[in-house]
Amino acid sequence: MNEHAEQHVAPPRGIRVALFVTCLADLLRPSVAFASIKLLERAGCDVIVPLQQTCCGQPAYNNGNYEDTIPLAKQVIATLEGADYVVVPSGSCAGMITHHYPKLLEGQWRDRALQLAANTFELTVFLAEIVRIKAPGKAFPKLPAVTYHDGCAGLREMGIREQPRQLLRELCGIEVKELNHSDVCCGFGGTFCAKMPEISAKMVDDKLKNVMATGAGILAGGDLGCLLNIAGRARRHGEDIEVRHIAELLCQDLDTPAIGQGT
Amino acid sequence: MEQHSDTFLENASAALKNSAQAERRDFIALFAPLIRTAAVEGFAEFDTLRAHVKRVRQHSLDHLEYYLGKFEHEAVHNGNHVHFARDGAEMNSIVLEICQQHSARRVAKGKSMVTEETGLNSFLQRAGLQVMETDLGEYIIQQAGETPSHIVAPALHKSAGEIRALFQSKHDLGARELPETVDLVSEARQVLREHFMKADVGIIGANALIAENGYSMLVTNEGNGDLCANLPRVLIVCTTIDRVLPLAQDATAMLRLLVRSATGQAQTCYTSFYSGPRRENDVDGPIETHFVLLDNKRSDILGGDYREMLECIRCGACLNHCPIYTSVGGHAYGWVYPGPMGSILTPLLTSLEQSNALPNACTSCGRCAEVCPADIPLPDLLRDLRHEETTKKLNAPRWRRGLKMHAWLARHPPLYQALTGMVIPVLNLFGRRRGSFKRLPLASGWTGQRDFPAPQKGTFMQLYKAKLKRQAAQEAKRNHEH
Ligand code: SF4
Repeated sequence: MNEHAEQHVAPPRGIRVALFVTCLADLLRPSVAFASIKLLERAGCDVIVPLQQTCCGQPAYNNGNYEDTIPLAKQVIATLEGADYVVVPSGSCAGMITHHYPKLLEGQWRDRALQLAANTFELTVFLAEIVRIKAPGKAFPKLPAVTYHDGCAGLREMGIREQPRQLLRELCGIEVKELNHSDVCCGFGGTFCAKMPEISAKMVDDKLKNVMATGAGILAGGDLGCLLNIAGRARRHGEDIEVRHIAELLCQDLDTPAIGQGT
Repeated sequence: MEQHSDTFLENASAALKNSAQAERRDFIALFAPLIRTAAVEGFAEFDTLRAHVKRVRQHSLDHLEYYLGKFEHEAVHNGNHVHFARDGAEMNSIVLEICQQHSARRVAKGKSMVTEETGLNSFLQRAGLQVMETDLGEYIIQQAGETPSHIVAPALHKSAGEIRALFQSKHDLGARELPETVDLVSEARQVLREHFMKADVGIIGANALIAENGYSMLVTNEGNGDLCANLPRVLIVCTTIDRVLPLAQDATAMLRLLVRSATGQAQTCYTSFYSGPRRENDVDGPIETHFVLLDNKRSDILGGDYREMLECIRCGACLNHCPIYTSVGGHAYGWVYPGPMGSILTPLLTSLEQSNALPNACTSCGRCAEVCPADIPLPDLLRDLRHEETTKKLNAPRWRRGLKMHAWLARHPPLYQALTGMVIPVLNLFGRRRGSFKRLPLASGWTGQRDFPAPQKGTFMQLYKAKLKRQAAQEAKRNHEH
């Protein structure tokens, strides 16, 4: 199937980028991956999507099941290595590949993991700092105010903070309305939110309170896990906020219903 | 101390429902990081010093036996008695024996988490001694019959109103109402003064033991440690073996990190070094001094995978920055040490069986490790404890099996994609109008507290492959036409 994908990419024009879709985008929000492809192509990349990919292994890994994560990590490495770059529309999955795979593996596999880690970037970092995407020249339709949620792994493991704000400014003319205590976790934490739901609910309520206090109409972010958590709680409480992944916003795709919103 | 870590979830649930305390915790969650950030930002050497102290701590632990021997030698030379206690029970009986040798009846105690760990107070009380905590926070919770909720500020969970009510019920106040916070403080000071004067034995903790000169170092903001150390006839310093540092300058370097991280001060009000008993021409000071150095599994930790935890300097920053600690408070953790450091120490010092929820009380957000002045990778150690739980099958079977199954499926892409390709469109069909589910089979952990956002009309892999197929067909058609 992999070959099948490669047959259909155009002959090389620029750098070859393999997209790691992430399992959450694959299962719940393909529009994030399609938007990522569009942005990367607009930045002059040849995008390939290796078809053998599933999940980076965070659920097992974060729960301390290292034994079952290791073969999955090897599978991801084998699937993604070979392209010039790997781009991931999620700070936490990018962090898993770049920081945790090398810790899990040994010998040759560790070398391959480090090699892959060196070429792997989260989407907004890649667009802002590696390929330096240019503004599309098409004005963005008038938007409600936008605030931004920094996912913890992105913020602390991958150093993502300015890049999404810069892209929103340069590509869409959006100035982010900052939310208070943006460095505090939203309470998602992968399976944490289901294992300790009451504590998680208190944390996401704190986050939502800060989101609503900005008066913004859109909450953007780079990690679907956090966004599903915040959007799900907002829906439960009937809070009026559109939650969207940054890739969709940068693509100016507002026709896709926001996360948790009906058609 | 009695342990209730096995009911962490229930403890947490009860704590979340106590809205007055929750409000106090919310305030601390905002306030404590602010003062720490201000203190650290105003101190340009923080990161350099952190790296330096880390190396010193690692070195001390690498040569722990040597430095403990050196400390003992110097301390004995200074006229102290040095005792080593294998476990809490041994520490308690050593302390009791010393008290009994001096026919002591009253003990004045400074703040010490180590003696909380060994349950020293109740042990001495059962033997007929009167033990009075003299740190204001410790005094308050002792009066209330509670345990510390924070390693630096033990009565953090109590409001001024609660403390006033406590004093009104426990003290003979007459007509006094103690309207202001300062009235509460001076009331406690009054009661404690008297006790200092009457105490036969003083017990304090230590922030560091200094090998080169056999001194111990203690920081307090109230000066109660010095009164405990100097007024009674006998002084006992209770601490653990991992506190030893080679040089006095190492202790002061550590101090500069500790205080800023703990309370946001550049320095505490009192920094004291204790050398030994009163010498011939000294006007005051104890006539006999003891060090009781507790191991209680620290030697095991030293030789194991969680060794870095011994580098902890007990500043409490990881508690203040942990959104889970500030959500549920220290008591929910059910033992002496709460928050991220406690979720690691509790399983190590008691057992993982008794505290298997604690390593899971973590979202791996990394805020604790970011502020930890000892640069301990707390989320990694917590994950390693979860690994141990998985290996020893201590976590819930349905989670363990579910995650194993998911990882297996993820290793079989065709099957994974076929399965998800069947489920997702169905979910979309049922969920797309409303956009989210209020309830979903097998997902009650999620949907108990929040809606589950409905997926789009297929998986990415489905949609993408369909797109590739369309493109291929178009291309073939074009080629055909040419
Ligand atoms: S683990 Fe680090 S932050 Fe937490 S109390 Fe210890 S030294 Fe302070």
